[in-house]
Amino acid sequence: MEQRQKYVLWFQECDISSAPIVGGKCASLGELLKAQIPVPPGFTVTTATYNRFIEENKLDQEIKRLLKPVRPEDTASGEAASQAIRKIIEDKPISVELEDYIGEFYRLLSKRCQVPAVPVAVRSSATMEDLPGASFAGQQDTYLWVRGIDGILHHVRKCWSSLFTARAIAYRKKMGFAEQAVSIAVGIQKMANAWTAGVMFTLNPANGDRSTIVIDANWGFGESVVSGLCTPDNFLVNKVTMEIVKRTISAKECFFTTNFETQMVEQHQCPAERACNQCIIDQEAIELARIGKLIEEHYCKPMDIEWAIDKDLPASGRVLILQSRPETVWSGKKAEPVCKPKLSAMDHIVSGLLAGKKVK
Amino acid sequence: MGDQKFPSPHEIETIPGTEGWQRMYPYHYLFSTQNEERKAYEENMFWFNDGLHYPEPMYPFDIIWDEAWFLALSQFNTRIFMVPPAMGVDHRIINGNIYITPVPVSDPAEIQARIPQFMERAGYYYEHWDELHENWEKKMREIINDLKCLEVKTLPQMEDLSVVREGLGISSGYELLASYDKLIDLGIRCWQYHFEFLNLGYAAYVTFVDFCSRVFPDLPLQKISQMVGGVNVIIYQPDEELKKLAKLAMQTGLGDQILSAGSIDNVTRQLSSSESGRKWLAAWDAAKDPWFYISTGTGWYHHDASWNDDLNVPLNSLRVYIEKLKQGHAIDRPLGNIQAERERLVKEYRGLLQTDEDRNTFDQLHGTSKLVFPYVENHLFYVEHWFHSIFWNKIREVAAIMKDHGFINDIEDIWYFKRSEIKDALWDLVTGWATGSKAYGPLHWPKEIEWRKGVYQKFKEWTPPPAVGKPPETITEPFTIVLWGITNESMSAWAKLREIGDPDQVTELTGFAGSPGVAEGIARVCRSVKEIDQLQDGEILVAPTTSPSWAPAFQKIKACVTDVGGIMCHAAIVCREYGMPAIVGTGQATSIIKSGMQIKVDGNTGKVDIVR
Repeated sequence: MEQRQKYVLWFQECDISSAPIVGGKCASLGELLKAQIPVPPGFTVTTATYNRFIEENKLDQEIKRLLKPVRPEDTASGEAASQAIRKIIEDKPISVELEDYIGEFYRLLSKRCQVPAVPVAVRSSATMEDLPGASFAGQQDTYLWVRGIDGILHHVRKCWSSLFTARAIAYRKKMGFAEQAVSIAVGIQKMANAWTAGVMFTLNPANGDRSTIVIDANWGFGESVVSGLCTPDNFLVNKVTMEIVKRTISAKECFFTTNFETQMVEQHQCPAERACNQCIIDQEAIELARIGKLIEEHYCKPMDIEWAIDKDLPASGRVLILQSRPETVWSGKKAEPVCKPKLSAMDHIVSGLLAGKKVK
Repeated sequence: MGDQKFPSPHEIETIPGTEGWQRMYPYHYLFSTQNEERKAYEENMFWFNDGLHYPEPMYPFDIIWDEAWFLALSQFNTRIFMVPPAMGVDHRIINGNIYITPVPVSDPAEIQARIPQFMERAGYYYEHWDELHENWEKKMREIINDLKCLEVKTLPQMEDLSVVREGLGISSGYELLASYDKLIDLGIRCWQYHFEFLNLGYAAYVTFVDFCSRVFPDLPLQKISQMVGGVNVIIYQPDEELKKLAKLAMQTGLGDQILSAGSIDNVTRQLSSSESGRKWLAAWDAAKDPWFYISTGTGWYHHDASWNDDLNVPLNSLRVYIEKLKQGHAIDRPLGNIQAERERLVKEYRGLLQTDEDRNTFDQLHGTSKLVFPYVENHLFYVEHWFHSIFWNKIREVAAIMKDHGFINDIEDIWYFKRSEIKDALWDLVTGWATGSKAYGPLHWPKEIEWRKGVYQKFKEWTPPPAVGKPPETITEPFTIVLWGITNESMSAWAKLREIGDPDQVTELTGFAGSPGVAEGIARVCRSVKEIDQLQDGEILVAPTTSPSWAPAFQKIKACVTDVGGIMCHAAIVCREYGMPAIVGTGQATSIIKSGMQIKVDGNTGKVDIVR
């Protein structure tokens, strides 16, 4: 193993077995890449990096000392400890060697994305997420549109320090988890710079048809689609044959972009000459559907997926999957036979004939 | 359909100059204005124009097949298999256009009573399908053989001495009448067989379609028929024969000679001079019966000539294949791929089902549909192609005699007679011959035929309403559902077509989405198979309809649009195999689209855009 693999790993080097050092979030990104599902590219700053940072700055004893007076039932004591610990973590320097590992990977990532100092999301990837009841760990901080190595190192420390929110401290106290065993990894992932984006269901939410993939798409970021602020283009793709069965092109009146300077999402009016154009080409719709099918197979259930088509990445890898969660409306229903079972085909034929075909 | 308004059948006006047209067709095909009871029945039914079978008005003789299926389809539903809720399909005619309506069983008690009968009778057929089907093929071969052997003899000045010596006791005049009767009888009988399996086949298929569209509401009909369709269907055999002949020509070094020799007569002459040429000609001759009895049309009209009627048609198709082989292309249908894709579809759709019960239902219905489908696909070759092609020419033999006796000026005038009128005319002719007096026919018929031709021309220029009468809420007749696809959408599409005024203004046409995909290109309108040699590589074929004899055209084109046809018509099936878009049953693509126009074909939605 290379030395650097102890401290930084590309997502494609991660899998479920690396969860203890890359955290649950990064491990699952690695699993998705293994299943040929294109998530935005990036890398993990492992728990070993955090551990070495603590060690190099001799923070271990300091943290222990600050945690000592905390009592689970006393929120104020937890709050005070959290503030103090987070401050010392965020103030301490990262050693040149660790900075070099992270900086080198960031440069490689920028090169791969063909963007100098590529904007990234810096997010914590906790190792305790799988513990029952510990789901709040996933709420640790996420920082979007971070650019440049200084900004990244700064936000990596903020993620590290998020291990010591008042809630997390109280929780670990209550459960009696050893503070020394606690560690955290950080994911650095390209921000999707969406030319178009939207959502995709691996069944038809209108009628529950599982042979259909439905895609909603608009210009810019997916917020306009998710929030329902605009009527998106709508595509029905046959999941079995990967053919577009129906396309509805809407007048898309607004869209969202991000201002790199302010790191804020901005809403725009769509110019009239662009509003009624199909915002993803047929090949992209089919590529999305193909990936949607893979995601459904990966999770073994119908999924609700957020996606984007990236402006920066090379043409072959522009389609990106941002989020996927299980579809709940139709999948939540108990599986009932659609057709009452019968003894033979003949019985079905007779009852079909008797019913006839409604033409109204 | 409730929001669609259709005219009353009795409101349709006679086209000026065609007054008296009614005598060209059987009296019971006419909408009644005389009898109140009949009129009330007609007003309450929903009659739609059978443009699927009849893109042109009926010739008085050609209506024979309409009468034949009127009887055959109906009797199997109503009297033989006792289909519980559906009786037959009733027929009428307006200005030469056929209108049909499915007749339901309206009494619920009667429907119930018919169920056990149907279960027993139809059940027997489904259970013994393969052996009954084998027997059917035997019957068909026999009847076709009877037809071929039927002689239509001219009337001699004096009967041969053998009539006396053998004590025959009958004349050629009597024999002429008898052979005409026999000819008609064979035709009607053949159509009895045509329907022996067809409704049951469609009923099974409709049930499978119904199940699939309940589980997968978005599933396109074309995929369902792909899941049950056969790979080696007999209707493709004529084309396969040409491919074999093309390969044989290449193997024996005759390719270039066949390409350059001109007409079939020249080809025959040139090839006869070499050993390998004679061998190839023998293979060519062997393919003629039955495979060159394939019609260049649907076989429904007398003008749908078969390959045997004009051997230059298969010769030109053969040349397309020889050219392809010379360029190093494969010409075989990708059977392996078609089979694999079919199995993949079945497996994936089945895999998407959520319960064991539904998987079981899927297996039951898919199994039965697959069992019946070869008949649905193959019967066309036996009846509409093989039998009809021979039949039309036998009628022409009768016509030749009538022409000799001055009853008509041209053999092709015979199609303006009703079949019963031919019988009458033959009596007139034969008795005149027997008596030695002058028959009345030559004084009467040529004038009448001229008038009928004028009427027919006016019928052709008239646009029939897509439907008349009162739309029902439910249709139970399996045929009406599969073949004509009567739905709200198709009704609206029909209504829209009527509103089109100037064909030069139309920029959009809709039809059935026959085969998926999108293509844009130059249109080439081919009104008959003889015109397919004008096709350039990469053009979009626009045709009234296609049949297996059009197969070589599909080697060149990138999409296809037809006037007539449903999801299971030839163009749709072939395009699905080649993976190119097809839109079928547009109603009037050939009259709106012109060769050279830029068009966009969307085989997923059934829409044709004309770039103007």
